[in-house]
Amino acid sequence: MKTLVWVEHDGKAVKDATLAVVTAASKLGEVHLLVAGSGVDAVAKEAAQIAGVGKVHVADNAAFGHNLPENVAPLVADLMGSHDAFLAPATTTGKNIAPRVAALLDVMQISEILSVEGPKTFTRPIYAGNAIATVESSDAKLVLTVRGTAFDKAATSGGSGTVEAVGAGSDAGISSFVGAEIAKSERPELTSAKIIVSGGRALGSSEKYQEVIVPLADKLGAALGASRAAVDAGYVPNDYQVGQTGKIVAPQVYFAIGISGAIQHLAGMKDSKTIVAINKDEDAPIFQVADFGLVADLFNAVPELTGKI
Amino acid sequence: MKILVPVKRVLDYNVKPRVKSDGTGVDLANVKMSMNPFDEIGVEEAIRLKEKGVATEIIAVSVGPAKAQETLRTALAMGADRAILVQTDDAVEPLALAKIFKAIADAEQPGLVILGKQAIDDDNNQTGQMLAALTGWAQGTFASAVNVDGDSVSVTREVDGGLETVKLKLPAIVTTDLRLNEPRYASLPNIMKAKSKPLDTKTPADYGVDTAPRVKTVKVSEPPVRSAGVKVADVDELVAKLKALGVHS
Repeated sequence: MKTLVWVEHDGKAVKDATLAVVTAASKLGEVHLLVAGSGVDAVAKEAAQIAGVGKVHVADNAAFGHNLPENVAPLVADLMGSHDAFLAPATTTGKNIAPRVAALLDVMQISEILSVEGPKTFTRPIYAGNAIATVESSDAKLVLTVRGTAFDKAATSGGSGTVEAVGAGSDAGISSFVGAEIAKSERPELTSAKIIVSGGRALGSSEKYQEVIVPLADKLGAALGASRAAVDAGYVPNDYQVGQTGKIVAPQVYFAIGISGAIQHLAGMKDSKTIVAINKDEDAPIFQVADFGLVADLFNAVPELTGKI
Repeated sequence: MKILVPVKRVLDYNVKPRVKSDGTGVDLANVKMSMNPFDEIGVEEAIRLKEKGVATEIIAVSVGPAKAQETLRTALAMGADRAILVQTDDAVEPLALAKIFKAIADAEQPGLVILGKQAIDDDNNQTGQMLAALTGWAQGTFASAVNVDGDSVSVTREVDGGLETVKLKLPAIVTTDLRLNEPRYASLPNIMKAKSKPLDTKTPADYGVDTAPRVKTVKVSEPPVRSAGVKVADVDELVAKLKALGVHS
């Protein structure tokens, strides 16, 4: 089977999310990459070094500069004439493009695969990970998105892919990129952070969130999260929300502070490697999933932890 | 401008999904069902666009069993003008859904179709993008702001690490993210009024769409359970445990 992997990059370097997809693709067959963008020579060279890569298709065209799916999806669909499977990372870019490709190919996509069980059989989370479905495609071609935390990252060196330019490409003329505000803070982003410190309703106010949660996150270089209850109460903005209707995270260490552990929250963080819970209610459901639970008043315990860690 | 708003009836987000013991799926018998939260945001956005004078008519559509009527009535009570139920007891995949919505879009000629970015049951996150492919329209997925200006719409998108704004030619597809708005509750008078708003019932066959699944569910299982952890006595013990994991400043 010949696979085509979407290389996620920022115009300068290959993003890590790509590497897990290469590993997933290598379980299906030959791995070809697609580097689409504007001025992406360096990215293509870097991509060719990834272990196990055969061919690197490079589509260098101003129309591909901002990953606009209206322009990129037809390019991928064309290349799928000579490939059997298209795989993209389950990032916002991959999720934006892959289904558009799938519909152009009249293929039903399989989203966020967790494992490859056979040439057309995969597992994937449903109900925000509260159930795992094993699914089998009956389509002639495959379109998959891959959950990055579920596969090892391919090595970034040792490969010797051949770089090949893709000629075609045009601007569909129906969409344009206006601008981006990418957070430049020192803080890692929630979905890729190694450590997350989340606060819940028990904090009582936005001020207390700042006073108690933020210093611990600062000290650990962690991302900031929150439960839906804390978001609904207005302590933090909506994009802090971890849970079924917020962000699904799986960091190395997740601190749940003053979070009772509603189903909706657990669904978003229960795949974390280690869960630390601090809550004064010893019966809080969060303790049922926590590796380390501390029954204590968070207003005393967290500053003490921040001081001692 | 008309706005088409697809809505899905799903297991309520506060209910814990239970995997059926025979591994065929999640048990939906006698549990609370609600409108998919992201679709609710879509309905709200359409209503706000109507309140601003941008939209003239909001059509809610649902593909699902007879009971999906309730979900459509909720959309009507919130402020949609009329509804279409495409009735089927089969589970319909995003690709087939997109084909049904394409056929409805051909008939209704909306300026915008606003969908939830994903349904919280199957978590596919595909239907909007697929509909955009089939219609050939531009797509603004994971929207946190939508501004219609003449013959285009600018959509601010929630992307990994921040926000991105794109400008799309109308007609266009928008999929909603959480920050777009906070959906209103339907008032009692509006719930009563919704009962007399028009609701058409169709079938997938009326739109010439074959809903036979392309992807077979082999089995559905419980996720691996976490082993029960330990309670630590105090902060010092917690610090020691964390340091053993390599977690320190």
